Amino acid sequence: MNVEILIPILSTAITAGTPILYAALGEILTERSGILNLGVEGMMLVGAVSGFMITLITSKIWLGLIAAMLAGGSMALIHAFLTITMKANQTVTGLSLTIFGTGLSAFLGKSMVGTPLKTSMEVLSIPYLSKIPFVGPIFFEQDPLVYLSYILVPFLWFLIYKTNFGLQLRAIGENPAAADSLGINVFLQRYAYVIMGGILAGLGGAYLSMFYVPTWMENMVAGRGWIAIALVIFATWNPAHALWGAYIFGGIDALGFRLQAMDIMVQSYFLKMLPYIFTVIVLIIITRKNAEKHIGTPQALGIPYDREER
Amino acid sequence: MTNYSNKIPITIEKKLTPSPLTSILVPLFSIILSLLFGSIFFIITGNDPVEIYSVMFSGVFGSAYGIIETIVKSIPLLLAGLGLSIAFRMQLFNIGGEGQIYMGAAAATWIALNLAGQPAWLLLPLMMLAGGVAGGIWALIPAIPRAYLGVNEIITTLMLNYVAIYWIDYLVHGPWKDPDGYNFPITSTFSNTAHLPVIGDTRIHAGIIIGIILAVILHFFIQQTKFGYEIRIIGQSQNAARYAGMNIVRKIIIVMVLSGAVCGLTGMVEVSGIVHRLQSGFSPGYGYTAIIVAWLGRLNPLAIIITAVLFGGLQVGGYAVQMQNIPVSMVMMLQGSLLFFVLGGEILTRYRITLKNRSSQGDGIS
Repeated sequence: MNVEILIPILSTAITAGTPILYAALGEILTERSGILNLGVEGMMLVGAVSGFMITLITSKIWLGLIAAMLAGGSMALIHAFLTITMKANQTVTGLSLTIFGTGLSAFLGKSMVGTPLKTSMEVLSIPYLSKIPFVGPIFFEQDPLVYLSYILVPFLWFLIYKTNFGLQLRAIGENPAAADSLGINVFLQRYAYVIMGGILAGLGGAYLSMFYVPTWMENMVAGRGWIAIALVIFATWNPAHALWGAYIFGGIDALGFRLQAMDIMVQSYFLKMLPYIFTVIVLIIITRKNAEKHIGTPQALGIPYDREER
Repeated sequence: MTNYSNKIPITIEKKLTPSPLTSILVPLFSIILSLLFGSIFFIITGNDPVEIYSVMFSGVFGSAYGIIETIVKSIPLLLAGLGLSIAFRMQLFNIGGEGQIYMGAAAATWIALNLAGQPAWLLLPLMMLAGGVAGGIWALIPAIPRAYLGVNEIITTLMLNYVAIYWIDYLVHGPWKDPDGYNFPITSTFSNTAHLPVIGDTRIHAGIIIGIILAVILHFFIQQTKFGYEIRIIGQSQNAARYAGMNIVRKIIIVMVLSGAVCGLTGMVEVSGIVHRLQSGFSPGYGYTAIIVAWLGRLNPLAIIITAVLFGGLQVGGYAVQMQNIPVSMVMMLQGSLLFFVLGGEILTRYRITLKNRSSQGDGIS
């Protein structure tokens, strides 16, 4: 395969991986704080429909993005309230958030199905960097939201591992009782990180409906929210690993798309299965690896914090 | 007891046993609250919630047809809900009901098409068996890594739903496509002997009897047998179960396969009882709705009969409002919010909430 074919495939891998990356970064923050949110799929869908709708009405991309983030954040607030304050079962709450979001987004988007979005973001070539052979056209001829994710990854890595905020975040996810006794407001911080997770999932959804596709279709997130949750485990809760992990998943996605476009005789149904089968296989391998290396989930993940039982 | 905020004038205390009254009142209030919550979104989008709900209501209760359809729609929800509840009880989150339904339906279709015209006494049991085996195998795939390596079954079962749905899409668009089907993605219609018998002149089929019998069997299985007891213990505490010498790995596999087999049977019942052929998208997300059906029924097989009928009605009501250009998926929005309120309300069954400025403890709202 020559370079001319490889460059567009790899460039699409990045675009295809970006929505998953945003959602996974959000889920990393959420899970690091000790809350499991399985509502990513639902938050992405609601973000996708809100962003698309507001952009369609106002023709302003930035308003659409804000709407998507607000929508994702509000969805996450429901999860935060039920799991943190009401101490509800996190698994079931997350599942109902996904079911709710699937229904809500289909309901809100009904009249817009198939409408193309006229306002779109321009591809922005980064001067000098985009001239680097091979790497340049893949990484530095993208749209601004891709560049934002490039910045967000090291920023979050630094936040988690090198700052006091990150120390507190890890503490409430590993041992909330100890963190509490040191005067950290476990409840407030968990709320903040769950909502941040929702904001990023909403942004990921909006990237899908506003730039990657760009149109609204019912259930268009198509399992990417769940792939993002798998990616969090794959990345061992580390934003830096999530970056390249997302591009591998994006690559599988893009590969199916390209093969179909090139009319290679593989039934399209089997190509569409690829990302899901790949996720299952990767999850099995990674779980095994993590167990060998004793890399575990945040200790308090999924357990509601109850001061009484401290 | 400690109270983390002095600003909120309530205290929350743990209760040892939930009162029977709250276990009825919480779901009841949850239904009302979720309808109110849903109406927010109807109002935002310029719809009249009163009109929508009355159309839904009359769609269900306004005619014999509505009531019959409610029962018809509740059959797959009951069966799949029962199937999922087996796994949920052990804290195994089999979210793959939808895929297992599709695989079960495909296996049953394979029998029906290849043995077309064979007598019903042979065909129907074979189709049920095939459906159960296919669903069981589809659940076995995520069960093995879950049991031996602890691979998150929520993600793997869910991923396999997409694989199953595309597989059925492939079958009905490709090798199994009905040559006389005007190019529609459907298989040929089953011969009459592959149809489940119906009650009278209605669309209510024998699936309802299968569902009720299964609910009763499961109830006794969980309450009376050693295996059922062990499932409950493992669900409550894996460590305790391990110390008691239970073979958890084996139990995980058995329970997942059983759960998948019942979901596979659901697929067989749906194609044999209603659709009479395989077609893509024949299940409008029964496997997902069944998650809520099972949870709302508190994983109690007999209570799941009631929640299945309730959600069957909700589905029929959803079809009724389709005339008003409101998508059926709106029902999922109501289902999701219903579960929010039930989950939030659970704190009322587990805790006693007291207003702080009342000195006596007996004033609690419980």
